[in-house]
Amino acid sequence: MTPARARLNEILVTLPSAGWLAVLFVVPALIVVAISFKPTDPLGGAGAGWTLDTLKSLGNPNYPAILWRTLWLSITTTALCILLATPVGYCLARLEKKWRQMVLLLVVVPFWTSFLIRIFAWKMLLHPEGIIKQALAGLGIVSPETPLLYNQWAVLLVMVYTFLPFAILPVYAAAEKFDFRLIEAARDLGARRFQAFCRVFLPGIRRGLFTALLIVFIPALGSYVIPDIVGGPGAEMLGNKIAQRVFVDRNLPHACALSLLLILAVLLPLTAVLALQGAREKARPIIEEGA
Amino acid sequence: MNAPDFLEFKNVSRHFGSIRAVDQVSLSIRKGEFFSLLGPSGCGKTTLLRILAGFERPDTGCVILSGQDITQLPPNRRKVNTIFQSYALFPHLTVRDNIAFGLRIEKRPQREIDHEVERMLELIQMKAEAGKFPDTISGGQKQRVAIARALIKKPQVLLLDEPLAALDLKLRQRMLIELDLIHDEVGITFLYVTHDQGEAMSLSDRIAVMNSGIIEQVGTPAEIYEAPRSSFVAAFIGDTNFFEGRVAELIGNEYSRLVIDGFPDVTVFNDKQLAVNNLIYLSVRPEKFHISRERQEKSPRHNVVPGRVEEVIYQGSLTRYWVRVQEYRIAVTQQHSRFLLDEKPITWDENVWVSWHADDGFMLERYSQSDEQLVTLPE
Ligand SMILES: Nc1ncnc2c1ncn2[C@@H]1O[C@H](COP(=O)(O)OP(=O)(O)OP(=O)(O)O)[C@@H](O)[C@H]1O
Ligand SMILES: [Mg+2]
Repeated sequence: MTPARARLNEILVTLPSAGWLAVLFVVPALIVVAISFKPTDPLGGAGAGWTLDTLKSLGNPNYPAILWRTLWLSITTTALCILLATPVGYCLARLEKKWRQMVLLLVVVPFWTSFLIRIFAWKMLLHPEGIIKQALAGLGIVSPETPLLYNQWAVLLVMVYTFLPFAILPVYAAAEKFDFRLIEAARDLGARRFQAFCRVFLPGIRRGLFTALLIVFIPALGSYVIPDIVGGPGAEMLGNKIAQRVFVDRNLPHACALSLLLILAVLLPLTAVLALQGAREKARPIIEEGA
Repeated sequence: MNAPDFLEFKNVSRHFGSIRAVDQVSLSIRKGEFFSLLGPSGCGKTTLLRILAGFERPDTGCVILSGQDITQLPPNRRKVNTIFQSYALFPHLTVRDNIAFGLRIEKRPQREIDHEVERMLELIQMKAEAGKFPDTISGGQKQRVAIARALIKKPQVLLLDEPLAALDLKLRQRMLIELDLIHDEVGITFLYVTHDQGEAMSLSDRIAVMNSGIIEQVGTPAEIYEAPRSSFVAAFIGDTNFFEGRVAELIGNEYSRLVIDGFPDVTVFNDKQLAVNNLIYLSVRPEKFHISRERQEKSPRHNVVPGRVEEVIYQGSLTRYWVRVQEYRIAVTQQHSRFLLDEKPITWDENVWVSWHADDGFMLERYSQSDEQLVTLPE
């Protein structure tokens, strides 16, 4: 096969997925970008002509605080989820096969209940009259005046609860393929349990950790239902603002401009990480040498 | 060879449910020795090795290494290192970092680590591959990295669990020689696990033959081959022919006369001082027989029986015959002493004489002690 022919084949093979990406991802993103440069329309749509006014209105003095809170909550949620998912994945992978299925089932069981209902359940639990609040106050752990609901901590708690299964699954998938004899090898060479875990297990499941990071961090950034229900006005995230601009203010261009801000906030650090990862993988040849 | 009790297993047992993986094993290994555990699959070799490495706790008994009871120590605090059958190289580390792993854990100064790693790379002749990752090097190279990674820790005992099993024949033979050289060079005690008697024979100073959790015999390769102490050892180490018989008479101090059904009287060396009327197996290895067309009277110490050739298998440097003698089908191998085409070789259905020297047979008791009351003598 000539190089040109091979190249053509490659293009043909990747064409469907490229098309899929273009239609469902690139075009909508471009539309969002385009609408950001449109004036508002009294009916809530985008008006005719082009303007920079919408982008200028992003200078709203409230926004830096909200953007910062959005990033902070998403990063902390991601970190906590991975921190919790890693030992869970490790234990799951070491569990006997029959128990593994069982526990895995328990991890995904919450998905059978509507997401909204589960968030409302948390609202009930954290409510001043709710079980958790009553129990903690009864035990004297929190004072009766301390609100558990309508603040950033409630948002963080419920976000971690919501995204944890999404972190556990990829970490478990990687841990299941991990060769645990490597841990024995590390112990044999003098590593304590925890050293073996950090130096051999974590690098061994790094792809799973990376997937968990993306799968939690990106939706966390865009979340607005959770802060809407358990967060108060002081715990708003960018997603709330976008929803508010669309549904309440009927200002589509402004919502698009905010989305653009969010995309940039995610895209820039992410491309940096991906580029770094790619460079490191490239340094490692994958060609098998004949024995 | 120094102190004879450098490494000791004392009454070590490890059972998994009803399986006695290791059963009351006592063993002592000398410093600097190349010691092999040899036995069939599932006989408990790996379990015994894992008990020494600290991955398995014995149910009873203890392990003593240079005077210290290490039975309760975790693996990272034992001065032994293992070469795993699967090598277990860390896939995310280069060859160099794999070898350095043990010293990094010890937090040795970087300069010292670099120096030691260079030395090891030289020993295994893999300087050029130091920057490669394990999945890009060949099986033999992985093997050598695993050896270097363990040796750099300067263990008191190096444990090797069937390290050559995954290699092809050519490579296995080369690594066999390399292992031997490395053992001579570093002078560390090697505990080598294998189910391949050839490997064990060619490498070891001493061998322990294991069978379903117990040690059947410990000795030098020659002792185990020439004087096996049980029928299991005799059969497992090389081929052998067994004949059921009975001690009929003692001839002087050293020999005895045996009765074997359908055979003329047979003389055998009686090193175990078995008494008259003991029931025994007589074991004679195929290469100890000689077959010929004419009856050859050599000496009174030679036994001769008539038989008929049932099968001839030409195997290059030697020929294997199956000879029918009464109810026995005897395996005989003969080196080709003369150029094969010159003579008229013995072939199918010929009547032949099979002979062997009394010293080349050995007797094994047919009943273990617990069964002795079952013995009822014929006649
Ligand atoms: N963790 C375990 N749980 C249950 N049974 C086990 C365990 N480890 C070993 N066994 C059993 O103990 C016996 C001895 O096993 P071991 O691995 O020591 O044999 P081996 O001599 O190394 O065999 P091979 O040559 O096949 O490696 C086997 O019957 C095996 O099934
Ligand atoms: Mg084994």
